[in-house]
Amino acid sequence: MLLTITMKGTNTQELGYLLHKNPYRAQCFDLSFGKAYVFYTEVTDSRTSAALLLELNPIDLARGKLGSKDGGLFDYVNDRPYVSSSFMSTAINRVFSTAMNGKCIKRQELANSLLELEATVFNLPVRGDKELVKEVFEPLGYNVLVRESILDEQFPEWGESNYIDLTITGKVKLSDLLNHLYVLIPVFDKQKHYYMSEDEIDKLIRHGEGWLSEHPKKNTIIRRYFDMKRSYANRAIARLLEAEAETEETEPQKETTEDKEPTEKHIPLNTQRMEAVKKAVLESGAQSVLDIGCGECKLTSMLLRETQIKRITAADVSVSVLEKAKQKLNYDRMQPFMKDKLTLIQASLMYKDKRFDGFDAACVIEVIEHMDEGRIPLFEKVLFGCAKPKTVIVTTPNKEYNDNYPTLENGTLRHKDHRFEWTRQQFGIWCQHICQEFGYTVNYINIGENDERVGTPTQGAIFTASLSALQISNL
Amino acid sequence: MRIEIPEFALVATIGATSSGKTSFAHKHFKDTEVLSSDFFRAMVCDDENDQTVSSDAFELLYYAANKRLDRMKTTVIDATNLSNSARQQVLQIAHKQNVHSVAIVLDLPEKELMQRNKARSDRGYPDRVVHSHYTSLRKCIRHLKKDGFRFVYVLSSQEEIDNTEIVRTKLWNDKRELHGPFDIIGDIHGCYDELVMLLEKLGYIKNETGIYYHPFGRQAAFLGDLCDRGEKNTEVLRLVMDMVKSGYAIAVPGNHDVKLLKYLRGKNVQKTHGLDITISQLDAAGEDFRKEAASFLDGLVSHYVLDDGKLVISHAGIKQEYIGRGSMRVRDFCLYGETTGETDEYGLPVRLDWAADYRGRATVVYGHVPQTEVQALNGTYCIDTGCVFGGSLTALRYPEKECVSVKALRQYYEPVKPLSEKSDDPDDLLTLGDIGGKLYLQTKLMPAINIHENNSAAALEIMSRFAADPHWLIYLPPTMSPCKTSKLEGFLEHPLEAFEYYRSHGVGKVICEKKHMGSRAVIVLCRNAKTAKKRFRITDGSRGIIYTRTGRKFFTDNTIQNEVLDRLDKVLTKTGFWEDFNTDWVCLDTELMPWSEKAQELLEKQYAPVGRAGRDGLAAAVEALQKLCQRKNVQYDVPEGTSGESFDSAELLAEFKQKKDAMNGYVTAYREYCWTVQSVDDLKIAPFHILASEGQVFSDKEHIWHMETIRKYCTGTDPIFIATDYIAVDINDEGSIESGISWWLSLTGNGGEGMVVKPEIFTTKYKGEIIQPAVKCRGREYLRIIYGPEYLMPDNLKRLKNRSLTRKRSLALREFSLGMESLDRFVMDEPLYSVHECVFGVLALESEPVDPRL
Repeated sequence: MLLTITMKGTNTQELGYLLHKNPYRAQCFDLSFGKAYVFYTEVTDSRTSAALLLELNPIDLARGKLGSKDGGLFDYVNDRPYVSSSFMSTAINRVFSTAMNGKCIKRQELANSLLELEATVFNLPVRGDKELVKEVFEPLGYNVLVRESILDEQFPEWGESNYIDLTITGKVKLSDLLNHLYVLIPVFDKQKHYYMSEDEIDKLIRHGEGWLSEHPKKNTIIRRYFDMKRSYANRAIARLLEAEAETEETEPQKETTEDKEPTEKHIPLNTQRMEAVKKAVLESGAQSVLDIGCGECKLTSMLLRETQIKRITAADVSVSVLEKAKQKLNYDRMQPFMKDKLTLIQASLMYKDKRFDGFDAACVIEVIEHMDEGRIPLFEKVLFGCAKPKTVIVTTPNKEYNDNYPTLENGTLRHKDHRFEWTRQQFGIWCQHICQEFGYTVNYINIGENDERVGTPTQGAIFTASLSALQISNL
Repeated sequence: MRIEIPEFALVATIGATSSGKTSFAHKHFKDTEVLSSDFFRAMVCDDENDQTVSSDAFELLYYAANKRLDRMKTTVIDATNLSNSARQQVLQIAHKQNVHSVAIVLDLPEKELMQRNKARSDRGYPDRVVHSHYTSLRKCIRHLKKDGFRFVYVLSSQEEIDNTEIVRTKLWNDKRELHGPFDIIGDIHGCYDELVMLLEKLGYIKNETGIYYHPFGRQAAFLGDLCDRGEKNTEVLRLVMDMVKSGYAIAVPGNHDVKLLKYLRGKNVQKTHGLDITISQLDAAGEDFRKEAASFLDGLVSHYVLDDGKLVISHAGIKQEYIGRGSMRVRDFCLYGETTGETDEYGLPVRLDWAADYRGRATVVYGHVPQTEVQALNGTYCIDTGCVFGGSLTALRYPEKECVSVKALRQYYEPVKPLSEKSDDPDDLLTLGDIGGKLYLQTKLMPAINIHENNSAAALEIMSRFAADPHWLIYLPPTMSPCKTSKLEGFLEHPLEAFEYYRSHGVGKVICEKKHMGSRAVIVLCRNAKTAKKRFRITDGSRGIIYTRTGRKFFTDNTIQNEVLDRLDKVLTKTGFWEDFNTDWVCLDTELMPWSEKAQELLEKQYAPVGRAGRDGLAAAVEALQKLCQRKNVQYDVPEGTSGESFDSAELLAEFKQKKDAMNGYVTAYREYCWTVQSVDDLKIAPFHILASEGQVFSDKEHIWHMETIRKYCTGTDPIFIATDYIAVDINDEGSIESGISWWLSLTGNGGEGMVVKPEIFTTKYKGEIIQPAVKCRGREYLRIIYGPEYLMPDNLKRLKNRSLTRKRSLALREFSLGMESLDRFVMDEPLYSVHECVFGVLALESEPVDPRL
């Protein structure tokens, strides 16, 4: 919302020439998203401060006139009018564009020289570690001063806010300072108010010229600059979760988290898991497979390529996940011989479903830990009791192995949506229960690197249906 | 000629071209009952005479026939039906649909057919076609009955055709006109003494001829298996036959009765499973008795549909799709049930659990499978409690659905396997078919509520991933619309509009309840885990639940939930609620505070950050603008080529100061609803509806009754349960309206959320349609946390006043209807799937896009 640029030294009123803004006149600019005011708070020989103040209308933001084609990207209760975000970058570019290009007809020499400059960005939102601010600005030759604040002084237990007041000082060209601010302000926030298109790459390269390619944090900067391409997937569900204050949880993101899961060196754990399950499916002799909680269909797409498998139903409870799966599988353009094998359905393990009947094998890969433990018995009935596949393969995290993940302290689970994670003993007890209750025998599989003390990161079970009396007599 | 056909039948006309089938069919049947091959030929190719399209045309015709028969609609297949394969098709459909097949043959002389064919202008077949039709007909006519047609009528002249009258007769199983009330009695197996005891317990007395009857006109209904195993088989037969013949009872046959009949008819049967006992007694009873018994048993019909189709009785139960139909398959099912073909460790057949999949609206009462207790599932009741095996003889009183039993005097027969215990696990598994896809729900308050499949898909995900055990979810609260946007300056919402809404919808008196700013919490509490198991089929040992408006457990920590529940039970026990309401469970609609308890994430991710950024940012801006205003040396020297417009710094400063104040108001408002919860003592729970208890839904009570009852029974004992302030307003009285407004102003002055205005009676209709059960009227300060800190700035407010409530209001009505319906159904003891579909519907509607600020 507010940025000040101060020039120190002598004859600092010249800053007005460099910025192309008369220190003796307060000016206002209409931007597409609101107004920008430029004025000077101090004009002396030794010190001149220019201020860029933005005024955004929260109703414009909420009603979708700005920032998105579709409205609702912003709430009425929104920090955007009060912080320095990508709106500020856009304003800098609009209001100080000549200065950013380093052009100054009346004082070109001054524009080319290193000046003693100070910039303060008020309420810069920083997602993640605030140390990043120093790591980004210090290599560019600035002294960095960060003022942090707590969310609400009346409720100190709510912790720190994400906002800092950032002051950087250094001997730099004004145009460099402006370009640095232009590129870097949205990097900390990771959120942009406008749609990112291809030209964004050109923009970054243009404004990063001469400093970005050398920057030690180059990769972080670029990654964060292009981050947050918001997906509007399944708004209906987002709305429902919002009612539960759970906006962050719209997608299970099993895959992505598990990629981040500190995995084993060469082959990602997820790949090892899928290979192990595929092997088990094939060895069971199954020709028809039900992939329950198929996620983005990694297992399904592996099995589709096996000639032994004649029919696969991939089921997930989330419509948005199924949409993603279709994209990943390139479903619309899939070869007919593969497409004919595959059925994608929305289904739930909490409801008995005829479509689960008649499969040789069912795979329940990293699914049960997403169910409330109290509802596991229902899942058992639906799958083992009603659908009764000949083979059922279940995998789930081995909680004991979490000791090896430094990020998982104090019993934290591997994913936010995990309702539980079982030790090997707990899993074993459950498997025995399944065998007794539903007439299966079990073999265990261990997936991932085996740690002598705590076992493998993923534990699994292959259940095989015992033959009933009648089936035996028919043999 | 008088032709009798069953009321529900599949009729095939059989006759050569030009024999007058179509006119005959249309003369005797409704146009919609007649499916003509000509019509379907025209449908696929525009030409009803084009024989080349026949196979497609018949495919469509049979498809349509099946759809009609699914709905038990009599169907006439108007075609020549002269080829063997065509008739086989018809018979196959009849077989599959368990419907009686009727062949009506129009058998005219060949000469007459030829003449008519020639005279036809629309088509004329060559003579050889007519001839070939004629010979085909002659060939088939004799063995139609053997082919499988249940009824065959041959009309051999035009005169006979013209004088035919078709009479539709009721199916034997159709006793819809009998309304009872009934006392349905399970498998007797010769337990005469217990039968007499039971009849007397039920209030039956003997008439002058010694036959039992009920003085209030109740009817007994026997579920079969009268004989075998027990010791007084002839006595039982005598008693039952007398009651049935006198019209005091009805009866359906059991498998044992059918076997007995076979024996009586001299067929060779194995004298096992206690038949030997019956036989020896019957042999002693004399020939007349045996004849009478045989004719009685022979006359029994597999199942009865009673009481306008609301009740079905059958010995071994009945699948939904068999009800009211007649075929050997249906009869076999009613007698023996359905088995997997496997046998269990006792050598007994493994039964398929048809009741788990039963979704019919009719109550089905049956016996056949002895169990220790009556088994109720999805609207079916198995009442065979194994009297002959030493259990008891049970009657189900209908429509009361109460069980009356007498213990067996002793064990008469050793069961092959012990009577099965009532299983602990609820077997009422929900199926996706109950809720998947597009839904069409019928409620008492609103006749038809459609749920779009996208919405049910979203609900399926939420229900599966987050919701609590559906057995607990007997209600989800509806959304609530705000009052119309206020016309008054400086207000977005104001009580006047709420009052006006109700006044214009025929309401005279409203109640205004303080709106607590917390989170909606529905509490279901049972007196103990036993009740939870019996009434809610909850088997994990818990005795209640607190859940959110989306059916999710309110507290992830069960110990907190259980402490709240235990404390509520203490309160209700102390105040005598359980006794006064004669119930052992209750469902309450409440608001649970603080808001921060459930909304912590929202506060930390949105509300507090905006407050922080807003206060700091605006303070910095104000400071900068102050510096600008204080500078003495400002000149207005405008150089050329500048793009900006000049602005008045003092004015901008004033504006930003205003924003700063607004931001402080916003922070004050949200802080009002936050406090730190260290223990249950820090919670506040304000019940505002007593939704339901055993046998009752309180949706017909006045809201004042709810408020006062809650005050009396729930509050004042334990400080975490608080009463809700309210006032009643007469909306036709200026003074009363004024006091309502000033009450609201005092509630909202410091950021209070506001109030909810409700009509005097919980469920109110205007011109036959339900009106909003409540509208909210939120405070001026409070709305900052909804519409943003700066919403009251005149330009902003002007824009915000443009909002539409139509969608929100329509949703509120639909969700309210579904919520009340689910409670009603639960209280009426309807099966889980029937309650669940309503709850599911509310959740699905909640996923509809609607402005979340309303």
